[in-house]
Amino acid sequence: MKFTITFLVSSALSLAGSIGFANEEGMADSMTVVSWGGAYQKSQQRAYSEPYAAKHDGLTVIWDESSAEAVAKLRAMNEAGNVTWDLVDAVAADAIRLCDEGLAMEINHDEMLAPGDDGSTATEDFGDLLVSDCFIPQIVYSTTFGYRTDLVGNTPPENVCAIFDLETYPGKRSLEKRPVNNMEWALLCDGVEKDNLYDVLATEEGQNQALAKLDTIKDNVVWWSAGADTPQLLADGEVVIGSTYNGRLFSVIEEQGQPVSMLWDAQVFDLDGWIIPTGLPEDRRARVVDFLRFATDTQRLADQAKFISYGPARASSAPLIGKHADLGIEMAPHMPTDPANAKNTILFNYEFWADYRDDIDAKFQAWLAR
Amino acid sequence: MAVIAKQEDDSKQDGLILTADGMSLKKSLARSLRMQKLRALMLILPLLAFILITFIAPITDMLFRSVENQIVRETLPRTLNELQYWDLSQKKAPGETVFHALYDDLEIAIERKVHTRLGTRLNYEQTGFSSLFRRTGRNLDAIGKIWQKQFEEFDPFWKKGENWANLLMTSDWINNAKEWEKTSDHLQPPFVLKPELVNLLPKTTEAYSAFARYVQLEENEALYKKDPWPGIYIKLYQDLISEPDLSALSGMGADELRSTAQMVSTFETISFKDGFLEIDKDWGEIDIWRTIQVYASSYTSGYFLNAIDMQNGPDGPELRPENERIYIILFMRTLYMSLIITFFCIILGYPVAWLLVNIPTRKSNLLMILVLLPFWTSLLVRTSAWKVMLQQQGVINDILVWLGLVDDAARLVMINNQLGTIIAMTHILLPFMILPMYSVMQTIPPSYLRAAKSLGATNWTAFWRVYFPQTIPGIGAGSILVFILSIGYYITPAIVGGTSGVFISDRIAYHISSSLNWGLGAALGTILLGVVILLYFAYDKAVGIDNVKLGG
Repeated sequence: MKFTITFLVSSALSLAGSIGFANEEGMADSMTVVSWGGAYQKSQQRAYSEPYAAKHDGLTVIWDESSAEAVAKLRAMNEAGNVTWDLVDAVAADAIRLCDEGLAMEINHDEMLAPGDDGSTATEDFGDLLVSDCFIPQIVYSTTFGYRTDLVGNTPPENVCAIFDLETYPGKRSLEKRPVNNMEWALLCDGVEKDNLYDVLATEEGQNQALAKLDTIKDNVVWWSAGADTPQLLADGEVVIGSTYNGRLFSVIEEQGQPVSMLWDAQVFDLDGWIIPTGLPEDRRARVVDFLRFATDTQRLADQAKFISYGPARASSAPLIGKHADLGIEMAPHMPTDPANAKNTILFNYEFWADYRDDIDAKFQAWLAR
Repeated sequence: MAVIAKQEDDSKQDGLILTADGMSLKKSLARSLRMQKLRALMLILPLLAFILITFIAPITDMLFRSVENQIVRETLPRTLNELQYWDLSQKKAPGETVFHALYDDLEIAIERKVHTRLGTRLNYEQTGFSSLFRRTGRNLDAIGKIWQKQFEEFDPFWKKGENWANLLMTSDWINNAKEWEKTSDHLQPPFVLKPELVNLLPKTTEAYSAFARYVQLEENEALYKKDPWPGIYIKLYQDLISEPDLSALSGMGADELRSTAQMVSTFETISFKDGFLEIDKDWGEIDIWRTIQVYASSYTSGYFLNAIDMQNGPDGPELRPENERIYIILFMRTLYMSLIITFFCIILGYPVAWLLVNIPTRKSNLLMILVLLPFWTSLLVRTSAWKVMLQQQGVINDILVWLGLVDDAARLVMINNQLGTIIAMTHILLPFMILPMYSVMQTIPPSYLRAAKSLGATNWTAFWRVYFPQTIPGIGAGSILVFILSIGYYITPAIVGGTSGVFISDRIAYHISSSLNWGLGAALGTILLGVVILLYFAYDKAVGIDNVKLGG
């Protein structure tokens, strides 16, 4: 699915101006951006591309909703020698893989990105979130739980281990159909210290331990594979509690007014951001670089939080977070990074999962099939 | 010539009949037939090309990917060369020469940024390769820098790439290169080493050549200004330590080379093995090296073994540990569930097809529209509709609870399991069964049944002995269609199948779009293709493919 937003100004004057502009700066006058579709893409359009296009007459921004298959498609395009994408939104783990495969361009963050509004360099501003040389972080999101307030009685869950407590919270729960995150939660609820999680998970016994813990609720789990599944299952009352991305839950709770509440305990932080494919022609790359400098500055990242409840990746953006553009509610308390929500968090371990993904996934799928 | 002679001979023998232009009729006929065939071929040419490009070529490519494994050999040629002398049975990591070769291979692989790609490839076979190569990529320079630093500290001459070029390259080339840089609108002049240095410093010049090729061809930067990689300092050290006779050398850098040559014996060195072990102790693991050795060849059976729950063990192929076996289960499940779906399609489709043929045209047209309606609805919509129908808070359960047939606390589980897949897929594939049955039944004259009855057959006998045998070609065609479609189905089982109702296609999709293990995905696809072809032949043997009719 593609849709095009064209900002064409009719007068001959501005037409001439735009041609002059394109030639002058050596930038392409169209740009294909790949993202996730839905509310998230919408927030990017409103916060980044619409203001940018308003400043640049004659620029066409084409959005492609292919981020879920970005790695596979980019690899195929690269093999075919015809990369049609200019900018791709990807989760950090995918960005690392794209970088590993040589499909994403390495970038110098300080050179390419705007410094923070507070005077810090881009590297300082993004800090630890620069997990790959090819990756420009945009938001911090978390995978966390939502539960039906009307199905949990008088004891709303406060701890992530509620998912393993079938007595207090009978009924189905929804978990993602992959080992990532589930294995961590299982170990955490089986008494493993948070700091040792990945050491334990690296061992055969640790993996078996996690699967054994998951086995206790296996018959009561609905496994999801799309981020929209859990919100739907919660809204239908099919599940009591389920994991998904925090922004999806925000929309179920605040925008749709469903009887659902957040369980922030042991939320898993992850990052989403931009990569530039390798092998772009000079003019297209120049356009993307120019756009990125604008779209990842302090104000723009803070602006995105007006439309969706994901935390901006720059430290300098945090104080600028305001109210939701349509609902008018304060967004800061809905951010996964808000101190009240981030009391107990897990940071997605990219290096571990890059190594163990294939191995643990084989075991996880075999366990599911049994 | 002999052929033409024979043809002439033929025409002489039956040369009695001639066409108007004096050619023999036989020849003329053959020509016009050939023209006709050619014309027919031209007509199907677009289709042929279309099938070739969109069907045959991708399948061939897929078959190829399932065995292709060139990346290891291409990335680590020197290492594999040395590794063949390594004896696995000694239970020791390989020695210094292998690590030296590994350094040389990785230095250029890292510049090309292909080392991580190799890490990803090998990580499919053994966990840990991915980070091993990434970490090594980040820290490899530390080894070469030990030499580089000492060269540069002894004489700052070695710091500049230009000095290296002046020392190693002919002056003609240097002039050409400078000329090129001014314009740089054509190809860089290919580097030319001083012949006497190739003899005196064989290792250095060899390593520098590899470096030069990379800089000139892949980076397209000005070679004579480029600082050499740390590995070249190591080679120079090795050349100089063997004390070549440099006395006759003249030209730029000759003096510096001579003075450095006298000093190199005092240089500190480390073993490559220690260097690698310091970067990551995993380089000392036998398993790491065994995996590299096993996957050294350009073609591998590894993906296929993987696809049938096996792996390349120390003593050849072996079964995977039990908790990792999954593909055989999924293949079997795909087959038997497809059989069940085909069976239900026959049971449900047969009466409908019979009705379509035997009720008055006006009513049968309406029924036909109902049969075809699902074709006009998106597959995803139909599948999602089943979700709404079947889920525990769904329409069917709600009605059953309302009727009091089912207790509210014990609602039926009809989705996210095999039942859900069977229901949804039977519904979706039903038209593919009904249509061939319908077209075959249409050709059966109703008088046959009447004749059977008038000869004294009961209703059942007339149906079973007279009518049914004539519909078998339709059932056969429908079954093949439904069965083959269903074993490759992906989206419906993925949505309504939960964990126990997904097919092998789910894993193929996962490996193609998520884990990026295209080789394994291709192997699984190839096996699935093989199974279909095998079943087709089995069907041909049992029923006879001539008995399959889509109509008429």
